[in-house]
Amino acid sequence: MHLSEPKQVEMFWMMLLARRLDERAWVLHRQGKIAFHISGIGQEAAQVGAAFALRRGEDWVVPYYRDLALMLCLGYTPREFMLSLMGKREDPSSGGRQMPSHWSLRRVNVVSHSAPVATQTPHAVGVALAIKLRREDKVVLTTIGEGATSQGEWYEAVNWAAVHRLPVVFMVENNGYAISEPVEKQMAVEGAAARACGLGLEGVAVDGTDALAVYAAVARSVEKARSGEGPTLIEARMYRLTPHSSDDDDRTYRTREEVEAAKRRDPLLRMRQHLEAQGWLTPEGLERMEAEAKALVEDAVDYATRAPYPAPEEAAYPVFSAEVRRG
Amino acid sequence: MARLTMREAISQALWEEMERDPKVFIMGEEVGVWGGTYAVTRGFYDHFGPERVRDTPISEAAIVGAAIGAALVGLRPVAEIMTINFAFVAMDHIVNQAAKLHYMFGGQMVLPLVIRTVGGGGRQLGATHSQTPDAVFAHFPGLKVVAPGTPADAKGLLKAAIRCDDPVLFIEHATLYQLRGEVPEGDYTVPIGRSKVQREGRDVTIVTYSKMLDISLKAAEELAREDIEVEVVDLRTLRPLDMEPVLESVKKTNRAVVVEEGWKSYGVGAEVAARIYEEAFDYLDAPVKRVAQVEVPLPYNRTLEQLALPQVKDVVQAVKEVL
Repeated sequence: MHLSEPKQVEMFWMMLLARRLDERAWVLHRQGKIAFHISGIGQEAAQVGAAFALRRGEDWVVPYYRDLALMLCLGYTPREFMLSLMGKREDPSSGGRQMPSHWSLRRVNVVSHSAPVATQTPHAVGVALAIKLRREDKVVLTTIGEGATSQGEWYEAVNWAAVHRLPVVFMVENNGYAISEPVEKQMAVEGAAARACGLGLEGVAVDGTDALAVYAAVARSVEKARSGEGPTLIEARMYRLTPHSSDDDDRTYRTREEVEAAKRRDPLLRMRQHLEAQGWLTPEGLERMEAEAKALVEDAVDYATRAPYPAPEEAAYPVFSAEVRRG
Repeated sequence: MARLTMREAISQALWEEMERDPKVFIMGEEVGVWGGTYAVTRGFYDHFGPERVRDTPISEAAIVGAAIGAALVGLRPVAEIMTINFAFVAMDHIVNQAAKLHYMFGGQMVLPLVIRTVGGGGRQLGATHSQTPDAVFAHFPGLKVVAPGTPADAKGLLKAAIRCDDPVLFIEHATLYQLRGEVPEGDYTVPIGRSKVQREGRDVTIVTYSKMLDISLKAAEELAREDIEVEVVDLRTLRPLDMEPVLESVKKTNRAVVVEEGWKSYGVGAEVAARIYEEAFDYLDAPVKRVAQVEVPLPYNRTLEQLALPQVKDVVQAVKEVL
């Protein structure tokens, strides 16, 4: 499953853009310009690797809140991200109704999720069931943090998919922490992939800081799902380089030394070094990319800042289906 | 009397009860090393140790289920559900198990369990993170539901809940942790199932609780400037519901407004209004008015969120409408 040079460079570009957008979100929060941010910094490689293994726009994606890089790969734009952070009317996920990073993008088959974790997994299984019933040539990718795999719902959903051999790929983004709690407080097994053995599906652990390794693992699982051989559980191992969200201070539960050590395994750095070693990325090329990312971030912030808030009466609808958008 | 925040008062109650009774222990997501999502148990882990301040996996059903098991054999767990919105994934354990086991076993076993959780909107946390579904839980016989509105009541009620042999759902409000108030010195409890007049007045009775107590007291201040004297009755406990102070007040003022943060349909206001009609109909000079949240999932955008939540001006207007 070889990826061409342009594809690999594009992967890096997506990771870079996600990183710069994410960093700006933190700044906007510290400036008091947005209410909330939940970050995907450190998880970009796995998200981009998984996205590139899909037929983007056709296959269904049921993501979780750290998947900014995944969403960008699917066609979510920097402007849309900023609109969501600021709760603006044009925010395509919800028009300012849902929290930021709780993605929903019908045009590319992305289903929104709820704040209680693991609730998206049964939904993804339901989508896969529909695909199978309709005999469509599609698969579902659903992602989740490792902490959420302790939820009963997660087991019920994965079990279902295994029993019915549904076309779904479960990707666990194991970033080492559920808010403050390290993996060993969440599970007695080494990682989430081991949880597959009792459920009757293949569990694969992969280095989540390596976009190409994740791509290979997801591509193989997608192919398996498409050919009717059922679901796979992929655990991509990485490290959450930021606090859980803008509401916590990670200095209270992990050392700076630990975080600094993890930064040396930054997935962005790894991809960059790989491309440089191949001779596919020059210093000038990188500079151009950085400049373009900066311009896109600036444009997105400006655009979203100027965009209108929802009108007061928009708070009242659409509660039921007859109340289609009036604005 | 010391002036404490709600957070300090709740934290003190837990601390004192853990010092007093070794059977009391805490468990939940993030309660230990991190000190709780709302920093209520900060410092507990170091003082009481990881056995009695237990960080759990993200498994709300298991948190409540395991707490039920521990309570059935004589411990006094205080299980924390990070927000009441997450209690829905533990719903079976709360309403089918905790609320019913004592009855279904013919009273052979008691269930000294406290489920501490956080409800309410106003922090821009979106529809599945900001609900006030208190009435849903208060619907079930067998479960005591407590929702304090002042630091003094929070401390006394939480201590009473921990010492109580029944399961208690203790609902704190997400925006009240910084609220300050006088708290009595020393060990005291506030009885569960007793409403309280928090402000006296002759013209209209406001019945409320939790965050809406604060809103209602502010409305009462505003109305007092127009010479309208409002009496504010704080329910403090939703089940068992103590209507005596409410009915006494209504018999005096002959008018009532019920203020709740949750939705109006099938809500606390509906219950209270129905009981007023049943037991004090002849005393009323106007229909009971309800103030509640607009019936939508709560939006993230700050303006929309505030529009959907009951505000001081809504309470002021409702009071004027029953006059």
